[in-house]
Amino acid sequence: MTDLLAIGTRKGLWLARSEDGRRSWTLDGPHLLSQEVAAVSIDTRRASPRVLAGVQYGHWGPSVTWSDDLGGSWHETDSGAIRFPADTGAALGRVWQLRPDTAARPDVVWAGCEPQSLWRSTDGGCSFTLVRGLWDHPHRPTWEPGAGGGAVHTVLPDPDTGRVTVAMSTGGVYVSDDGATGWRPHNRGISAVFLPEPPEYGQCVHKVAADAGDPRRMYAQNHFGVFRTDDGGASWISIADGLPADFGFPVAASPSTPGTAWVVPLVADVQRVPPDGRLRVHRTRDAGSSWTEVGEGLPDGSWTAVLRDAFCTDDHERTGLYLGTRDGCVYASADEGDTFTTVAEHLPDVLVVRAARLP
Amino acid sequence: MQLVLPGSLADLAGGVRELDVEPAGATVAGLLDALAARHPVLERRIRDEAGALRRFVNVYVDGEDVRWQGGPATPLRDGAVVQVLPSVAGG
Repeated sequence: MTDLLAIGTRKGLWLARSEDGRRSWTLDGPHLLSQEVAAVSIDTRRASPRVLAGVQYGHWGPSVTWSDDLGGSWHETDSGAIRFPADTGAALGRVWQLRPDTAARPDVVWAGCEPQSLWRSTDGGCSFTLVRGLWDHPHRPTWEPGAGGGAVHTVLPDPDTGRVTVAMSTGGVYVSDDGATGWRPHNRGISAVFLPEPPEYGQCVHKVAADAGDPRRMYAQNHFGVFRTDDGGASWISIADGLPADFGFPVAASPSTPGTAWVVPLVADVQRVPPDGRLRVHRTRDAGSSWTEVGEGLPDGSWTAVLRDAFCTDDHERTGLYLGTRDGCVYASADEGDTFTTVAEHLPDVLVVRAARLP
Repeated sequence: MQLVLPGSLADLAGGVRELDVEPAGATVAGLLDALAARHPVLERRIRDEAGALRRFVNVYVDGEDVRWQGGPATPLRDGAVVQVLPSVAGG
């Protein structure tokens, strides 16, 4: 069995493989050299695993490309996989998220994009359709872009129902209970320190992850604040006590162990570096009631940052964690964050990591 | 009309840097419409789906930057030479 780690950077994509149970990694790349790869997914629902990448061809604009032979060849739809309909007057700015749906929906892939928009593919990511219900939402004209741009960056399809949860910076969390037609803001309890009053929407939610035990339990890393909901986003409570900083970009939840999640705190707002320059992961085993610093093997003297999608899990029984930094380092843990080994150094800024087991 | 491409786009034009294109209308937009029918991926590298030239792509008609003329609506004379160049940007 092969463990595959896809590493999207500001200047290309690398693929790392482990054949020894995630103890050592071999780096393959660069693929797509000079192209920004801000979104990547490894779709293992297909006969041949598909690496799907959201790329920015430097001067030449954004697109979606895929490889069904692990980087041997790349393809894109002639007319573009993601094209705004003419009546919108909009144009794709950047692909921020590519999210394969469940195995029960084998050809469905979701894309979150800039400008703030959600897209759905039913052909494995070759072509996407704009989700009109969110695009036409009366709130959309008032969603402001964060510093990185205004985008849907998180898409969480419920495995058992037609519910879909998205998050955007800014805008906050929105939920559809009818298969992505109607959308309601779900931000009660999430603070927004840059606004005078807690708003119904407009929060700068950086990332949301769903708990293994119940998809209605979710964790949110916010622009200041870490939160949990137990009711599908209807209400959120702070779970930041015990963390050295409540700012950060990613949050990841175990796909197998309920109550287990990880964040990577950064000192903010201006600095956005690990506390005291010590890059560490903080883990909860009790859904955020308490946190423990872990990460033996992660560096001290690390004045970098981990972006929202540069942190992910795998689906091993003992969850693996993968973390990439803006200074081009990638670390892997096979023991739920207790210890990390170095996968890569001196890459361009790491924007996204995604892991999968291949047969 | 003659379309002149930078080397970085030649692969998308079948390996050549010069294409003869008969525009659908006598404008830059018309030329790109005709290009889209033959080389759709190449056309998408030059302008977005809303019809705007990409921010860091410069298009010259007979040596003049269309941004200071009519943009995509810039007219083309018979035999015009349209050159695509990437601007200085990035890092």
